[in-house]
Amino acid sequence: MQHNSTQDTLVGFFVATGIAVLFFLSLQVSNLSSFTEQKGYTITARFENSGGLRVKSPVSAAGVKIGQVSDISFDPKTYESVVKMRINAQYDSIPDDTTASIFTAGLLGEQYVSLEPGGSSEHLKQNSNIEITQSAIILEKAIGQFLFKSAEEKK
Amino acid sequence: MMNFIQTLGRNTRGSFTKLGRATFFLMQTATGVIEILPRPRLLLKQLYSVGVLSFLIISISGLFVGMVLGLQGFYILSDFGAEETLGVMVAASLVRELGPVVSALLFAGRAGSALTAEIGLMKATEQLSGMEMMAVDPIKRIISPRFLAGIISMPLLAALFSAIGIIGGQIVGSGLLGVDDGAYWSQMQAKIDFQDDIINGVIKSLVFGFVTSWIALFEGYDAIPTSEGVSRATTRTVVNSAFSILGLDFILTALMFGDD
Amino acid sequence: MSDSVRSQNSLVAVRGLSFLRGDNKIFKDMYMDFERGKITAIMGPSGTGKTTLLKLIGGQLRPAQGSVTVDGSNVHRLRRNELFVLRKRMGMLFQSGALLTDMSVFDNVAFPLREHTHLSESMIRTLVLMKLQAVGLRGARRLMPNELSGGMARRVALARAIALDPMMIMYDEPFTGQDPISKGALVHLIKSLNETLGLTSIIVSHDVHETAAIADYIYVVSDGRVIGEGTPTEIKQSSSEWVKQFMDGSADGPVHFHYPAKDLQDDLMSTGKRY
Repeated sequence: MQHNSTQDTLVGFFVATGIAVLFFLSLQVSNLSSFTEQKGYTITARFENSGGLRVKSPVSAAGVKIGQVSDISFDPKTYESVVKMRINAQYDSIPDDTTASIFTAGLLGEQYVSLEPGGSSEHLKQNSNIEITQSAIILEKAIGQFLFKSAEEKK
Repeated sequence: MMNFIQTLGRNTRGSFTKLGRATFFLMQTATGVIEILPRPRLLLKQLYSVGVLSFLIISISGLFVGMVLGLQGFYILSDFGAEETLGVMVAASLVRELGPVVSALLFAGRAGSALTAEIGLMKATEQLSGMEMMAVDPIKRIISPRFLAGIISMPLLAALFSAIGIIGGQIVGSGLLGVDDGAYWSQMQAKIDFQDDIINGVIKSLVFGFVTSWIALFEGYDAIPTSEGVSRATTRTVVNSAFSILGLDFILTALMFGDD
Repeated sequence: MSDSVRSQNSLVAVRGLSFLRGDNKIFKDMYMDFERGKITAIMGPSGTGKTTLLKLIGGQLRPAQGSVTVDGSNVHRLRRNELFVLRKRMGMLFQSGALLTDMSVFDNVAFPLREHTHLSESMIRTLVLMKLQAVGLRGARRLMPNELSGGMARRVALARAIALDPMMIMYDEPFTGQDPISKGALVHLIKSLNETLGLTSIIVSHDVHETAAIADYIYVVSDGRVIGEGTPTEIKQSSSEWVKQFMDGSADGPVHFHYPAKDLQDDLMSTGKRY
C-alpha cells in the first residue's frame, strides 16, 4: 500500500483538532475549570428560607465569586434550610462573624449567597457555621407587606 | 382487505429478517474491529475518507448555524433585557442538541451515503466475493475499519460543529449586535455544565456515529448488486439514518435531561 | 480414458450435486471430475448457473444435496477457518476481474501476499513483478483499475489469482466480451500457466472455439444436468442433437429460439390485457 503522507498529515490534523476542540468545550465553554479547583473548605449556614438557591449557585463576597453552594438540605427539627458552601482555599481569612444573605442577581436572575465580612479576628475554617443569616427575599411576601403597610398608613 | 393484511404480514416478516441480518452483521463487524487494531493503517485511510472529508461541510455548517442562533437569540433575549445570556443560549442549544444532531445528519448525508454506495458497488463488481475467494473476510477487511472510523469521527465532528457554532454566535452577538464579550463567555461558563452538557453531548454523538455507520455499511452490504439496488440502498441510508438520529435523540434527551 | 482413472486422479470431485434457488432447481444430481494438472471446461448456454457451480466449488454457496470434494476435503463440511486455508490454494478469476478499485495494479496483485504472508516489502515487490511479468503487464503496475481495458483487468486479476501459487484456478467466462487479440492472449496465458505452474484449471465458458482449443476435457451442461462429456474431439462428434446445436451455434434445435409462450394467434386475439 502506498504510504500517502499527505493523507496521514490530514488525518493527524483532523484528530488533533477534534481533541483540541473537545478541550476547548470542556474548559472554555463549560464549568469544568471551576470544578478543578477542588481545594477549599466547606462552611454551613442556616437560612429560614433559601428561596431559589440551588447546588452550584455562586457564593460571592463584595461581588467577587469565592465559591459555590455544594449542598442544600432541610433540617426537620428546626425547620431551617441548611446550606453548605465550598469556599476556595485562597480565601482563608474570612472573619467568623460574617453575615450570609441570599440575593437575586437582577430582577429575574439567579440567586446567590453573598457574604458580608464582620470584624472578628477569628477566621472561618472547615465546618464552621455562619450564625447570622438573612433569608431570600420572596417577591410575593415583599409585595404583600408593602401593600399591607400602605393600607395602614392611609387609615 | 385480505391483500392489505397479507402485504402487512409480509412486510413485517421482511423487516424482522432484515433486522436479524443487520444484527448478525453488526456482531461480525464488532469482532472484526478487534482484529484491525494491530493494523492502524487500514483505520487511518478510512478516518481520512470518513472524517477529514466531512471536516469542511461540518465547519461551515457549524459556523452558519451558530451565527443564526446568535441573531435569533439576540432578538428574543433583548425583549427581556437578557442579552448577556446569549452565550448560554447559543452554547446550550449547540452542545446539547444541534451539535450532535445536525452534524450526525450531515454526516449521514456526506459520509454515510458514500459508504453505502462504495460497499454496494464493491458488491456489484464482485470485489467482496473476490476477496472472499482470496480467503480474506470482507467484513473484517472492508467493513470493520469503516465502522470504527465512523464511531471515532462522529464525536470529533460534533465537537467541532459546536465549537465553531459558539464562535459564530460570538461573532454575531458581540461583533455585530454589541453584546458584551466578557458576559457572553462568563455566563456560558457559569451555566454550561461539564457533566450534564459536554459529556452527554459526546455520548449522543457516539451513539449517532455508531447507528449511522451501522446503517450505512449494512445497507451497502445488503444492497441488491445492481445500479438500481445500490441507488435505493443509498437513499435508504440517508432516510433511515435521519429517522434513527432524530428518534434516538428524543429518547437520549429524555433519559439525560429528564430529572433535573 | 476410462472414468475410474479420471475420478482417481481428480482434484475436484462433484458428487450428486443439487442446488436450489428458491423453488428453482439450478442443478439436479450432477457428477463431475476435474483432473489434476488438466484444463477442464464446463460449457453451456448463458443462464444455466455455471458461475453458481464455481461458487459451490469455492464454498461460497451451499448445495441442497451432494458434495464437492477439493483435494480430499469436503468443501461444505469445513469450518470457516479451514475453508479459508483451502481457499488460499484456490484461485478464482471473476468475469469482471473483481479488482479492488481503490488500489493500483501493483497493490492489487500484492493484496493476497500482504494479507496472508509476512514477507518483506522488497520480497513482495519481486514476487508481484514476476507475476505481472507472467501476464505481460509489468509496465502497467502504476495504473489504477479504472484505467485498464477489460482484457488487461482480467490479466491483472489472473496475476493476482496466481500470487499465492495456488493448486487450481477457476476461470469464470474468461473470454466473454473480449476482442480477438485479448481472447488470443488469454487463451495462450491459460494454457501456458497450466503447463508451467502445473495448475489444475476449471474454465466456465460458452465460447466454443477458444475453449475447445485448450481444454483437455469438456462437460456440456444444460438445464441443470450434464448432457455430454468427453475430450473436445469426442464432443464435436457427439450424436446428441443438443450438443450439436450448442457446438455449431444453430438458432433452433432442441433449445428453442422462442421463450416458452402460448400460441401466437391466441395471444394476439386476447385483447383487453395490457401485456
